[in-house]
Amino acid sequence: MNSTRFDFVPFLLLAGVALGALALIRTPSTWVTLTVAGLAMGLLIFIMASGLTLVFGLMDVMNFAHGLFIALGAYIAASVMKVMGGTLAGLVPAMLAAMLAAGVLGFAFERVIIKPVYGQHLKQILITTGGMIVAEQLIHVVWGPDLQPLPRPEALRGAFLIGDVALEKYRIAAVVVGLTLFAALAIVLNRTRVGLLIRAGVENSEMVEAMGYRVRRLFVAVFVAGSALAGLGGALWGMYQEAVTVAIGAQMMVLIFIVIIIGGLGSVTGCFVGALLVGLLANYVGYLAPKVALGSNILLMVLILLWRPQGLYPVGKS
Amino acid sequence: MINTILSGDLPRSRILAFLLSAIVISLAFAPFLFPGTRSLDVAARVCVFVLLVASYDLLLGYTGIVSFAHTMFFGIGGYGVGIALARLEPGWGAIGLGTLAALAASLALSFVIGLFSLRVRAIFFAMITLAVASFFAILASQLSGFTGGEDGLSFKVPELLRSRTAAYYLVFAASAALFLVLLRVVNSPFGRVLLAIRENEFRAEALGYRTVTYRTLANCLGALVATLAGALYALWLRYTGPNTTLDFAIMIDILLMVVIGGMGTMYGAVIGATLFVVAQNYLQDAMKLVHEALKGAPAVPTLLPELFHPDRWLLWLGVLFVISVYYFPRGIVGQLSSPRPSNPRQRASGAR
Repeated sequence: MNSTRFDFVPFLLLAGVALGALALIRTPSTWVTLTVAGLAMGLLIFIMASGLTLVFGLMDVMNFAHGLFIALGAYIAASVMKVMGGTLAGLVPAMLAAMLAAGVLGFAFERVIIKPVYGQHLKQILITTGGMIVAEQLIHVVWGPDLQPLPRPEALRGAFLIGDVALEKYRIAAVVVGLTLFAALAIVLNRTRVGLLIRAGVENSEMVEAMGYRVRRLFVAVFVAGSALAGLGGALWGMYQEAVTVAIGAQMMVLIFIVIIIGGLGSVTGCFVGALLVGLLANYVGYLAPKVALGSNILLMVLILLWRPQGLYPVGKS
Repeated sequence: MINTILSGDLPRSRILAFLLSAIVISLAFAPFLFPGTRSLDVAARVCVFVLLVASYDLLLGYTGIVSFAHTMFFGIGGYGVGIALARLEPGWGAIGLGTLAALAASLALSFVIGLFSLRVRAIFFAMITLAVASFFAILASQLSGFTGGEDGLSFKVPELLRSRTAAYYLVFAASAALFLVLLRVVNSPFGRVLLAIRENEFRAEALGYRTVTYRTLANCLGALVATLAGALYALWLRYTGPNTTLDFAIMIDILLMVVIGGMGTMYGAVIGATLFVVAQNYLQDAMKLVHEALKGAPAVPTLLPELFHPDRWLLWLGVLFVISVYYFPRGIVGQLSSPRPSNPRQRASGAR
């Protein structure tokens, strides 16, 4: 994260993808619509993935149950919106409730499930997967197995028309929320003491411990914050799809894994670029060649790993 | 003689030996002992899943790598046989051709995935396999002209296999033979090297074993056996579809079976798969009784009966799974065969 030697190449790649798509799509209005959709999707994925990649960078913990927080956030938001009558006024409480629930669950999860298995990768994968199985079933116990509707508030339906460019209101809102969160995260990470410690911990946690800071405590905080962000992301994503099932978490997990592998495990900047790449590409390819769309993410991952085997922004640790 | 058949890896515990022989005898005479379509189906499922879980244990328990793509290879086997039988004359030639094609596809795919991602850490491999497997599942349901899409493929089998008993014995014999082959593999010098890599990768490398080569070989071998298990399952069901082979839920089932049965022991696969499949089929009935009883009873919190809803059986197995990973890392078989590891080295391996 040294600003004097910041690596701009991945950002150029991002711009290149967008411009290349413009050349292929030809109609600028369609391109704008697709780009906004791609940015919205990418930013939502970033919100969900950022916590996971930081947690990994800090404590070498990979939480395979991260999708659980996404699902829980979406379910909580659906319930709150139902109580509030699905109006715009219910939106903020719904989002906050989703974050709170996911954060609390994240704290419990860290204490009960992850704490006993630090430093044991195999067990971590198994135990977090097991935690996910149990929690998914518990969600079924509470909400039942049926699909829960999560309608968008009236004010966020429909689209703005600027010239012949149609911009869906909800996507614009998602882009705004996503960019705000990204900015907040960037400020916290780059301008505050806690952020400094987090970044230092990702680079070399032993050294930070040796300086007298408790990386463990920092880690729990990041884990809870990451879970809360996943819950918020889940709520936003559920509203994007206007329906919630328990499978939402598992579906997003695949995308999130691809994103953090592309970005470099532990790198927030990489996660951001990776999420935007995945989001944009999914929309462009979905328009240009729907049949190939499903493979585009895997292909992207393979190509990027061939180019940079450690991901776009490799983090110092081996 | 038994010692030779079991490759010198005897079940070192009387209870375990008794359980295993009970399972093997019940499976061997299943068509006569448990008449009825449902119980024969359960028995065939047990056979296939014992094989599938054993091949997964070769990866997880013996080599220490977590793959989420095992159902993909299971599915490739199923689709290989399914597509061949649906398109060609339903005969043994088609089965052979389909199986061979599936084996070739699995070998190529597992080799590429292994080379690509086994060099780095366990977590990376797990993430990559998860992504690839989910992609494959979507692919199979999208290419509906070829795979039958979400509906899957129903097909005719050769004359001989139309008798359920004959089909069952094909599944049983093939599973048993392949299981013994796996037992041979893990007790060979090759298997010892895998264990060494699991215990201490650096030391194994320092002793001159190319760990990447061994891991890739284990990965390919596991994939090939899973493919054969998929082919057998398809022949038994006379159907192949995303829900019977490629579903992520099946991957979860395999993980549960391996861990509950016992990682790092082939007999764990037998115990785990039997317990799981039987629970899958009969636990729900038991839970239904509890559910009804609790629902009728007064002064019970509203969510309590829901915990025992027949569809929530996976909840209880999931809890068992988590407890197993923490407290019984070597599963049921590990508990039975060595309650107290006398050798400190063994203790260390149990703690991992």
